[in-house]
Amino acid sequence: MMVFEEINDLLITHFPKAIVQTNHQGLQPSIEITVESLPHICQFLFEDKTLYFDYLACLTALDNGPSAGTMEVIYHLFSIPYGHKLVLKVKVSRNSSEEDLPQVPSVSHIWRTADWHEREAFDLVGIRFSGHPDLRRILLPEDWEGHPLRKDYKAQDQYHGIKVRYEDGNLPS
Amino acid sequence: MNLFEQEAVGLLAIKVKDIMSERIKTGEGGIIITNSEDLMNWARLSSLWPMGFGLACCAIEMMAAYASNYDLERFGIMPRPSPRQSDVMIVAGTVTFKMADRLRRLYEQMPEPRYVISMGSCSNCGGPYWEHGYHVVKGVDRIIPVDVYVPGCPPRPEALIGGFMKLQEKIRSEHPLAPEVFLEMQAAHQETGLPT
Repeated sequence: MMVFEEINDLLITHFPKAIVQTNHQGLQPSIEITVESLPHICQFLFEDKTLYFDYLACLTALDNGPSAGTMEVIYHLFSIPYGHKLVLKVKVSRNSSEEDLPQVPSVSHIWRTADWHEREAFDLVGIRFSGHPDLRRILLPEDWEGHPLRKDYKAQDQYHGIKVRYEDGNLPS
Repeated sequence: MNLFEQEAVGLLAIKVKDIMSERIKTGEGGIIITNSEDLMNWARLSSLWPMGFGLACCAIEMMAAYASNYDLERFGIMPRPSPRQSDVMIVAGTVTFKMADRLRRLYEQMPEPRYVISMGSCSNCGGPYWEHGYHVVKGVDRIIPVDVYVPGCPPRPEALIGGFMKLQEKIRSEHPLAPEVFLEMQAAHQETGLPT
């Protein structure tokens, strides 16, 4: 089993340019990496004989809000044979309503579980995972407007003729 | 009136309403005089078949009400696997917008007369999702007409049984055989205050 510092050093020696910063604080120390290096680092973490991160425990998408102007995707990795764990982060810039959705490379070809996790992140937060085999909404109906877990999300007035907001009442429009 | 009829009326002239109360069945007597409307209403309210489906945690309480401790079967209530065979729809749980279309279709597939029991806060008015629940219909009555609202989060099985009894009351006072024209006239008379 490897501790966080060892994994961090290994990554720095293999990908010196990819590491943006390392956060040693807290219960879950994390490594922030550049978006472009994500698939390569993930492939390395998965294949390296000493690391063997075979399990993507969780994939989280974060919206830091319009004022911060960034979005994050967080990967919780775990190695079942070795028992060590790692938190990876990538940061992308947030899009305004006219711009295209921010792009993050998909890791679903490495961990199959990322398939549905990425669909959920796309559905609720609005991050496009490039290279994903089937990036559709997973929870909300297909004709839903917007991504509800964004900080600046505004609920639509109506969905299929039903008023969405409570205060709009039961009267037909 | 012939001798047999006189004897029959003399023997037992009770309305169906009375046999609804607890009564020891002796096997004697055997003739009940009633009108066809009361008989029909009694038959309908004594075998309310709900559609067997649930949407959220309220469904757990609904299942508990079906099970042996509360035993809805003693009211003639048993879940049916098809909307075509159902009299009543229990909307037990949170109605999401994604589910709303399906729910409306299921309701439309039920044969008339059909009834709806809205069970729990979510289907009554959106419940805890009333403000920030972008995905929740703020009351199932925005999609389909509701006959009885059962409050609670979730309501206990007793409350659901109470809801069924309210529905039974409603059915008991219905006039399924009266022509619509007559009912309209009656309603118009009541509005104007004229004697019917």
